[in-house]
Amino acid sequence: MFLHQKIFAVVASLLIMALVVELVRRRKLREEYSWLWLLTGAVIVALVLWYDLLVALTRLIGAIAPTTTLFIFGLLFLMVISLHYSIQISKLSHQVKTMAQELALLRGKVEEPAEPGPET
Amino acid sequence: MAEERETRERILILIPAFNEEEKIQAVVRDVRKEMPGVPVLVVNDGSGDQTEARARASGARVLTHPFNMGYGAALQTGYKYALRHGFDCVLQMDGDGQHDPRYLPALRREVLEGGVDVAIGSRFLGEGDYRAGWARQLGIALFRRVASTLCGQRITDPTSGYQALSRRAVEFCALDSFPGDYPDADVLVMMHRAGLRLGEVPVRMHPNARGRSMHSGLKPLYYLYKMFLSIALNCIRRERPAR
Repeated sequence: MFLHQKIFAVVASLLIMALVVELVRRRKLREEYSWLWLLTGAVIVALVLWYDLLVALTRLIGAIAPTTTLFIFGLLFLMVISLHYSIQISKLSHQVKTMAQELALLRGKVEEPAEPGPET
Repeated sequence: MAEERETRERILILIPAFNEEEKIQAVVRDVRKEMPGVPVLVVNDGSGDQTEARARASGARVLTHPFNMGYGAALQTGYKYALRHGFDCVLQMDGDGQHDPRYLPALRREVLEGGVDVAIGSRFLGEGDYRAGWARQLGIALFRRVASTLCGQRITDPTSGYQALSRRAVEFCALDSFPGDYPDADVLVMMHRAGLRLGEVPVRMHPNARGRSMHSGLKPLYYLYKMFLSIALNCIRRERPAR
């Protein structure tokens, strides 16, 4: 890995990590979502600086160029985080549905206070 | 008098409606004529037209979703309403005039006297002469086979939304596992696996009432995919038995 490749990777990771921290500080990003991003940034920095680990990892997964290893893990991370978002979205839409149903039921009750029970 | 009240079954007619301002009034009126004294609940699924006002004007109780959430979600709102108000039986039909209300008493009887939890109004048991396009027929035939096999009994019309549900069935459908978009064959399989008893009643349906069908464009393909995935997953998922 050339020196400027290393510099670029480290600087990019640090920038992302700084951005994440700043977003959490401004409360634009909740802490619970920040750790995955910070972890990825940290892993990339660690792999670049600790080159032997990257080489060992490259050999382990059968890749040839160490940069490939970085890309693979970057992609894997992105997939995991997308899946995580899909789960969150499913959960949120379910919650929204339940809430909207509750709203409709309560509004029906408020607007027709004298609503009789089942007619017999 | 009080005793008689106790013994009389409490029935709710449930009509989910989305942008049905042209049809809803006539549907509610016909239903009330067929089943006088039985409360009619229209669940207005975020319609952008006059559905809510017209349904109310025709004497139905109306619950309105703040935005459109789909047929299944609208049904479920009605189920939740029925449970909270202590109804014993829910008769559900579409708000577009496709379902002939003359079959409501037969559906009700099947649940309240026939000991069935879910009575499905089937258009393929001799009543009326329902004709569908070939694609739709193929789809129906496919789901008929799948539903019949998995439910261990003959189900001729698994995509029918004209149904009567017992209280047990309504309780089951009010759970979170009930799908929000199109509950169909997958829900029947789910209900069967939960120990609910299914039955069919011959009904007449008007094929052309649904001019703008919800099954158009690429949707049928997605629908097929979704239904099979849903059924397959139901088979490898343990179902909580209905109480």
